[in-house]
Amino acid sequence: MNRSIITVVGKDTVGIIASVCTYLADKQVNILDISQTIVQEYFNMMMIVDIKNCTVPFDELRESLNAIGDEKGVQIKCQKEEIFDKMHRI
Amino acid sequence: MINISEVLETNKMIEQENLDVRTITMGISLLDCATDSVPQTCQNIYQKILRLASNLVRTGEDISREYGIPIVNKRISITPVALVGASCCKTPQDFVQIAKTLDKAAHEVGVNFIGGFSATVQKGMTPADELLIRSIPQAMKETELICSSVNVGSTKTGINMDAVRLMGDIIKQTAEATKDQDSLGCAKLVVLCNAPDDNPFMAGAFHGVSEADAIINVGVSGPGVVKYVLEHLPEGTNFEVLCETIKKTAFKITRVGQLVAQEASRRLGVPFGIIDLSLAPTPAIGDSVADILQSIGLERVGAPGTTAALALLNDQVKKGGVMASSYVGGLSGAFIPVSEDQGMIDSVLAGALTIEKLEAMTCVCSVGLDMIAIPGDTPATTVSGIIADEAAIGMVNQKTTAVRVIPVVGKSVGDTVEFGGLLGYAPIMPVNKFSCEVFVNRSGRIPAPIHSFKN
Repeated sequence: MNRSIITVVGKDTVGIIASVCTYLADKQVNILDISQTIVQEYFNMMMIVDIKNCTVPFDELRESLNAIGDEKGVQIKCQKEEIFDKMHRI
Repeated sequence: MINISEVLETNKMIEQENLDVRTITMGISLLDCATDSVPQTCQNIYQKILRLASNLVRTGEDISREYGIPIVNKRISITPVALVGASCCKTPQDFVQIAKTLDKAAHEVGVNFIGGFSATVQKGMTPADELLIRSIPQAMKETELICSSVNVGSTKTGINMDAVRLMGDIIKQTAEATKDQDSLGCAKLVVLCNAPDDNPFMAGAFHGVSEADAIINVGVSGPGVVKYVLEHLPEGTNFEVLCETIKKTAFKITRVGQLVAQEASRRLGVPFGIIDLSLAPTPAIGDSVADILQSIGLERVGAPGTTAALALLNDQVKKGGVMASSYVGGLSGAFIPVSEDQGMIDSVLAGALTIEKLEAMTCVCSVGLDMIAIPGDTPATTVSGIIADEAAIGMVNQKTTAVRVIPVVGKSVGDTVEFGGLLGYAPIMPVNKFSCEVFVNRSGRIPAPIHSFKN
């Protein structure tokens, strides 16, 4: 298991999750969990994914997701899970 | 499993509150580079730095991308050069040669700064120490990325007043040598008391002789994050809640530093040294220690209550940070530089903050009178007097103190000086006009204080 966190933040969401999921499936990235919430009218979505079998290097995965975000007018980030674990778990 | 609000909180700290890791600093021992020939020593130094630090910048950038956390600076600290050059350098010019070699190596590996053009003379000066100190003005003029520091006192040894007097002159000469750049050389030169061996922050970083061959030290930051959480506390929150909030925030900030330090250490194959738990401001709006103090309830920094608020802040940052990291060291406290903190600059311009109040503040935080521009016609003996005062505070309170003042040639109170980048800009602050010449011109040392005798 090699977990990363993908976050999507933006106003418009039509087709965004579909694009992200299609891309992830294509690269053999397994989605473990999805949650979403609305904060100050902004749509926030988080995916926990397993990139153990991902067919592309992490940098490429991250940049491709950024690009999908740019296309759709939302911000998509992909970060390794440890930064959140370290900060919020003792 | 991590939840969405935690993820959003972390990303908000990074995107909106300027959370970053301020520096990954690789400490490198150059003791094994010493020879009796200047060119050979320079060659050994250059080769060792390139061998150990070639991947430092790239590794820092990789970690930054993978975790989505900015790592602002990648730096190197080295063994105090006065020791490395002791057997080969016979003139100040020889030490300038080493400085130029270091500058070339720093450019080659792509780091922001290399610290350790230093001498530790808290009790006495060897001929090499004195040659190095006398080479500082020229070295600062001829290099770009070198930081220099001189430790002139400690709780165990007292204060070397001969070195304090000399450093007053050297700071003035450095200002003169770099007057074309608004005396920028002095922004890279710091005089310390109780200097730590493992400080990752410039300009005072050097790799002490008690350290291993190479080590990774990390300096965290995050004044903006602390400011944000304090601003969102209900009005009139009591001290208990205030302190707990700072402590928890410091914990979170420091954990990121610990993660980055461990990753950098693993990837570079260099042992992890320490995390420096410092709140280090930048000129960016909101990334300010002064703003935190104002969030605690001061109209301006410098108002009565400032020292107490800073003491509280400094202590809570340490209490939160210590638990977040396996090894803590360096300076570890709130920094209060003037030019690098917009809130400090504003307080000076508003007439709220004076050098004397800053001096009081240095008693309760790290480090000292930092990045303060003073009139270019300030006498060298007055600069020495300022250094002696700070060293005395450090010596008696068993803490690190430092002086990084810039007597800007050709400028006086009312003028502003622009250093650029992280060094920021500063209004020239007035200095007490009364003389301390007779005091400073006495030779010898101030003895160690009574409470240093613990054996």
